[in-house]
Amino acid sequence: MNRALRCLPLLILALAWEFISRTGLVSGSALPSLVKIGEAWWGLARDGDLWTHGAASAWRVGAGLFCAIVIGAALGIGMAWWRPADMVLGPFVEIFYPLPKSALIPVTALWLGFGDGSKILLIALGCMLPVTIGAYNGARSSDRTLVWSARSMGAGRLRVLRDVVAPSALPELLSGIRTALAISFVLLIASELIVARSGFGYLIGFLGANGTYEPMFAVVLTVAFLGFVADRLYQAFTRRVFAWRE
Amino acid sequence: MAGMSAPDTDTPGLAARIGHGLARWSLVIGLLLLWDILARSGSFTPFMLPSPESVAQRIWRDASNGDLPINMGLTLYRALTGFLIAALLGVGTGLLITRSAAAAWFFDPIISVGFPMPKITFLPVIVLWLGFYDTAKISMVVFDAIFPAITGTIVGIRAVEKELLWSARNLGAKEREMLWQILLPAASPQIMTGLQVSLPIALIVAIVAEMLMGGYGIGGAMQQASSMADSRGVFAGIVEIAVVGWVLVKGMSLLRRRLLMWHPEAEAPSGV
Repeated sequence: MNRALRCLPLLILALAWEFISRTGLVSGSALPSLVKIGEAWWGLARDGDLWTHGAASAWRVGAGLFCAIVIGAALGIGMAWWRPADMVLGPFVEIFYPLPKSALIPVTALWLGFGDGSKILLIALGCMLPVTIGAYNGARSSDRTLVWSARSMGAGRLRVLRDVVAPSALPELLSGIRTALAISFVLLIASELIVARSGFGYLIGFLGANGTYEPMFAVVLTVAFLGFVADRLYQAFTRRVFAWRE
Repeated sequence: MAGMSAPDTDTPGLAARIGHGLARWSLVIGLLLLWDILARSGSFTPFMLPSPESVAQRIWRDASNGDLPINMGLTLYRALTGFLIAALLGVGTGLLITRSAAAAWFFDPIISVGFPMPKITFLPVIVLWLGFYDTAKISMVVFDAIFPAITGTIVGIRAVEKELLWSARNLGAKEREMLWQILLPAASPQIMTGLQVSLPIALIVAIVAEMLMGGYGIGGAMQQASSMADSRGVFAGIVEIAVVGWVLVKGMSLLRRRLLMWHPEAEAPSGV
């Protein structure tokens, strides 16, 4: 009941959308009715367009994020753990972190063309630094006394890294990954809208250019929904990871 | 490193600051040298990685024939106008949500669904509604940059100590005075943090919108260069955007320090 009441505003918005579109306050192509969008979605799902383009997008985000997380976390923890790494890599992180990531879209297209490679590289590059900074801050904040006591109890440097530094870096690392997750969707859709021949972004652009706005809205809403669900699932996952801390 | 190290509370001496500045500049020079070496090493074609000199020449040419000022001006105009509108609307909405239970009931679910959504997907919809010109680009920036401003304001206002409000009210403060003299100043660190997240988003979105919709602007120029396989143009764009991004982020954290000088946590981590 409480939950239903909380979701009521969203329902009101949907009803307002439907009302505006049905009464013809704005033209049907600018705001198609939600029922028709639903039908168009079903059509896309039946034809398989939604799945083939979705699979292309999922592969790009998955591979790009995977690289970003692995390399980013390794860099961040390495920089916190070993001073020379910090001195050499720190400046690069500092220079590239404020770079608006969307500027990389034409460069990766120039290097790797229009296919999957350029999107994966783009997502990997664009999402790496938030992960690096999360891991770095987390690992640096690990309790000195914990490190000392582990050392004095005879743990080697690698053992300390694995059993003390890495777990204490986890909270900030995971919040860095959450930022990366949000950026990955933005970069994916932006790059697919601009240069691609498959994927959700391409599908949206293609349907829009053809003037078939109902399926276009269907894909737009699908992607928006997926972004929201991905974030919620990730939050549920982090809560599980931290269950031991309570 | 900005945003990475623990804040220094005491101001460093002049010598230390000069040393720090020199170290920073030598980093930039080191990066340029590395770029030059890589470009000359022959393991990359000039198409993949044009040399820094040729990119610098390109930037110089664009600057002297007026392309760069026009493009940069337009991009900044769109990003900053959008950012300002998002900041005003965002702080206003945040205030409304914390002040009225009805507004909180209505907006809370919309924000919690809207914030994690990739808003950029709505770009074609915005184009459909508003066309290809500045209104569409600025609206897209506002749509994307408003969420951190709203949530920053909500977090800030909800964290204001109740004792502060009670004593102000006891001393006879009116609603308007409460707002301007107690609530907003006390919440300003979190509001600033929200805005510091919004600003880079505004720049990112302005550039993507320009790339997609074409026309003048750094994003449009880069996209055109990329589609004509003009790699110098693309790298010139990257350098220009990197400099602008850095200046904006830096300016924002200086502004924060200046505005919050009176606040105990004057040196908060920059959220970007």
